[in-house]
Amino acid sequence: MSKIYFTPDHEWIKIEGGVATVGITDYAQEQLGDLVFVELPETGATLSKGDTAVVVESVKAASDVYAPADGEITAVNDTLSSDPSLVNSAPAGDGWLWKMTLTDESQLEGLMDEAAYQASLG
Amino acid sequence: MSENTASPKHLPLEALHEEAGARFGAFAGWRMPLTYPAGVMKEHLHTRASAGLFDISHMQLFEVQGPDAARFLSHACPLDAAGLGEGRSKYTVLLNDEAGIIDDLIVTRLGAERFMVVANAGNAATDEAHFRAIAEDFNVSFEPLERVLLALQGPDAEAVLIAAGLDLSDLVFMSGTEPKDGWFAARSGYTGEDGFEVALPVDEAERFARKLIADERVEWIGLAARDSLRLEAGLCLHGQDLDQTTDPASAAILWAIPKAVREGGGFVGAQALGAILAKGANQKRVGLKPEGRQPVRAGALLVNEAGEAVGRVTSGGFGPSVGHPVAMGYVDKQLSEPGTRLFTEVRGNRIALDVHSLPFTPQRYHKG
Repeated sequence: MSKIYFTPDHEWIKIEGGVATVGITDYAQEQLGDLVFVELPETGATLSKGDTAVVVESVKAASDVYAPADGEITAVNDTLSSDPSLVNSAPAGDGWLWKMTLTDESQLEGLMDEAAYQASLG
Repeated sequence: MSENTASPKHLPLEALHEEAGARFGAFAGWRMPLTYPAGVMKEHLHTRASAGLFDISHMQLFEVQGPDAARFLSHACPLDAAGLGEGRSKYTVLLNDEAGIIDDLIVTRLGAERFMVVANAGNAATDEAHFRAIAEDFNVSFEPLERVLLALQGPDAEAVLIAAGLDLSDLVFMSGTEPKDGWFAARSGYTGEDGFEVALPVDEAERFARKLIADERVEWIGLAARDSLRLEAGLCLHGQDLDQTTDPASAAILWAIPKAVREGGGFVGAQALGAILAKGANQKRVGLKPEGRQPVRAGALLVNEAGEAVGRVTSGGFGPSVGHPVAMGYVDKQLSEPGTRLFTEVRGNRIALDVHSLPFTPQRYHKG
């Protein structure tokens, strides 16, 4: 059974078997426009909640994607190195950014579920 | 480029852009369409493949008229306005006394005593004050015009205009005409493609714009793609690649100032420019091709192998047509040869860049 959280920064976090997969929402990719570069972290890197984990660059500008909680990176989506547009075409699927283990899953408490997130977009 | 988000000016055709689904942003004090639903990548590629329509009404037209019109312009700008044939356009600059670039402009001769000047939005007020101060010593009128300015750029531009009832096929690159009362059209642009810029009275603009966009070859193109198109074409953006601290020699736009004009010295900034030319510019504007896929943005510092500061990036982004990052910047003169390897740092990563000839994409102007 998986659970999906959404942050006010337009990230989604899917928890499955103790591992979190993180990506940006469809709304976020639309706001950013066509992505041309995704800077991915190293597998094994440890992050604190709020650290910049990934930088996504559109034609015009660079934007940070933050770690939603403390933990260790266990995988990154290497396909994005050659095809960053996957984040635009499939932000909730093949355009995922990284996977991490969570030191303290309770740090996600208070984040939105999908219905609340959609409502927050107005 | 000065951004004024307090109370932005609105384009006369703003409702048309809303209707087309534009995403807006502030630029040079205006609320401008940045992208349309197709997105910057498709907009950019469409312009090179067919015809892109840009609303550039933020730019300012000035009409210069009177017995001294040519003499006035040749003093205000490093330009031989008297030698400019009727209907011909010339890229020029407005210099301060230190030969710093106040703005870059296109001047078109419309008649014996009449010229059109097209200036950048962010500098329009500064330009007007500067021109007016100089005009006091000449028998000339200098008036801003209220127009909608549309650019239609790309290989299908000429045919689209003909289909819309505006045949400008007689114009060659860098020439202009007045097709109707209150209209001004030039074969020029900011994309490296063949294309036109058409200024027309505000009350006729919506009808004309709708006619153009109804043509299936035409798509609206926002400022984001306008920027990536001009960068690939190696064209300068004032406020980034040119400003009052850069001069025409280091900016590598001396081609715009004929030798006789430089030597004649009758223009504002002539003395300072002469001194710079005698000594040789220390830096030069060049194209830069970052290695890999990571864009290098304006403001990035450039270093040599040894890590010593040798320049800075003034424009940078991704070039959709060339498929790699592109940039422009100023480097020490001895490092300005294409192929010279330089480095910069982006978020702690060292990135190699090579000095690259400009433009990145072949210019496809209609030279007749």
